[in-house]
Amino acid sequence: MTSKPANQATSRAEPITDGLALESPKGESALVVEHLTKRFGERVAFDDVSFEVGYGEVFGFLGPNGAGKTTTVRTLGTLLEPTSGSATVAGIELCPENGPAIRSRISIMPESPGLYLRLTVLENLECFAGLYELNNVRWRIERALRAVNLEDRANDQCGSLSKGLRQRVALARALLNDPSVLFLDEPTSGLDPVASREVHGLIASLRERGVTIFLTTHRLEEAERLCHRVAILNTTLRLIGRPDELRDQLFSRSLDVRIRMPLEEPNAVLRGLPGVEGWRQTPSGYTLAVTDPEIAAPQVARALVGAGAEILSIAESRHSLEDVYLELIDEDVEARRR
Amino acid sequence: MSFSWTRVRAIFIKELRDYRRNRFVVGTMTVLPLLFIILPLIQVFNAYAHVDSTNLNLHVGLSMLYMLVIPAFLPSTLSAYSVVGEREQGTLEPVLITPIRREEFLVGKALAAFVPTLIIAYVVFGIFLAAATLFARPAIASAIWSGTHVLVQLLFTPLLAGWGIWIGIAVSARSTDVRVAQQLSMLGSLPLLAVLALISLNVITVSSGLAIGLAAVLLAIDLLAWRVVAAMFDRERLITGKRA
Repeated sequence: MTSKPANQATSRAEPITDGLALESPKGESALVVEHLTKRFGERVAFDDVSFEVGYGEVFGFLGPNGAGKTTTVRTLGTLLEPTSGSATVAGIELCPENGPAIRSRISIMPESPGLYLRLTVLENLECFAGLYELNNVRWRIERALRAVNLEDRANDQCGSLSKGLRQRVALARALLNDPSVLFLDEPTSGLDPVASREVHGLIASLRERGVTIFLTTHRLEEAERLCHRVAILNTTLRLIGRPDELRDQLFSRSLDVRIRMPLEEPNAVLRGLPGVEGWRQTPSGYTLAVTDPEIAAPQVARALVGAGAEILSIAESRHSLEDVYLELIDEDVEARRR
Repeated sequence: MSFSWTRVRAIFIKELRDYRRNRFVVGTMTVLPLLFIILPLIQVFNAYAHVDSTNLNLHVGLSMLYMLVIPAFLPSTLSAYSVVGEREQGTLEPVLITPIRREEFLVGKALAAFVPTLIIAYVVFGIFLAAATLFARPAIASAIWSGTHVLVQLLFTPLLAGWGIWIGIAVSARSTDVRVAQQLSMLGSLPLLAVLALISLNVITVSSGLAIGLAAVLLAIDLLAWRVVAAMFDRERLITGKRA
């Protein structure tokens, strides 16, 4: 695997500009986090974390278990006090006095749905509507239930619902107060593939509606599918950007060439081709490090045909977000060993 | 953002709905009052007419004491569940991430234990008074209505309940197990019940004025207990088990 050294994401990431409504009417960001650190005694939960999330953005927060993802969410949700650093959440400065004001403008859906199982869906939502001091409670509850396709289960006792349905009720609860920022902490944790797909669908529909979502997960396909940008945390923030940017930052672009028989003198054929920076042999052919696959591919094809090779395929290597993630986490593991 | 009675009401209603479907709570709310109405009635109906005034007072005092067990133990059992129960169900974090203040949370929880207790305790006491007046021997009925028995009962029922509630919530906020919390909070209610036992059994003779004075002291203790419990209620500790 050809890889570049990972950039340490200590500086604030650039806001994405792919046509999304990222800025609030006031031109603020939904979340601004600067050098935030949380320690429990000697143990560091997360350290010197800085990033910015725009309004309407779905921001993925990835990391292995114990990386500090949930602690970050709890800190931004004013449940925990940061040890140092500063943050602005939904336009309000993060400090203990602003706790109730911040909490009224955000919602957090914890990993466990945390429903009152003896109460019905409606009673659960009524309780939380009261806690947010909402008006038009009936209308808001109906709207939230409609958003998660649970209108017909309003009078069911929560204890009788499946895990997936409970997760949907928790999502409805999180939507009750029209949050400026919706924190979803491992929303598909423990769900079967069907229930996970349903939750993904709901998140995608929220994304379409321009809801700002801070999604913590260690399911990389989930982040890749749903998030505009992702950050990878492993106590410190390791990398931040769009999934394709991260791939480009971390890995050289490359072409996978499959041929029927190996070349007799590959160096003579592949060396010096325009756009080709290097090559290595694989069981079925060669992997070429290239500057631009679109320029290099025709050159490579011509050279191989000229050398009498039978080409089976030439394709750009696509690194997944999982490759990026594993590369970074492996680096951390190796660094700790050293 | 100021203290919100809407949020207190939300917690209060949620608690009552939860109690209604909790077999343990329904059982406790049924069995305890039933037990402590039967025992005092047996006590007063078994008292002989010719017993001397000291023994008569002892019978009446003991009956009254049985009824004080309701406000001592019922709210402490309910409130012991208030925080640790939420934590066990995983519902504490979703509540704490709403704009609710700790005072609102605590008052909502306390009222949900206080109101049913007060209703049950006074209804039981009313039944006892009616039954004793109508069916007990006249000397017994007269002994019940004379002295400070009724006043002590009326005054100390809510105050004893208040103490039990704050002890229960304090223990609950620091516990990791519901049953342990319930047992500890019942133990915490005992010292105050012991003092009231001495009054009910006439070991300490109190006048009406002294009874009111003692009630005022108990009210001050209840208010102080509320402040202490509110100070103990630390979000970070409740979520992570560690102090900020």
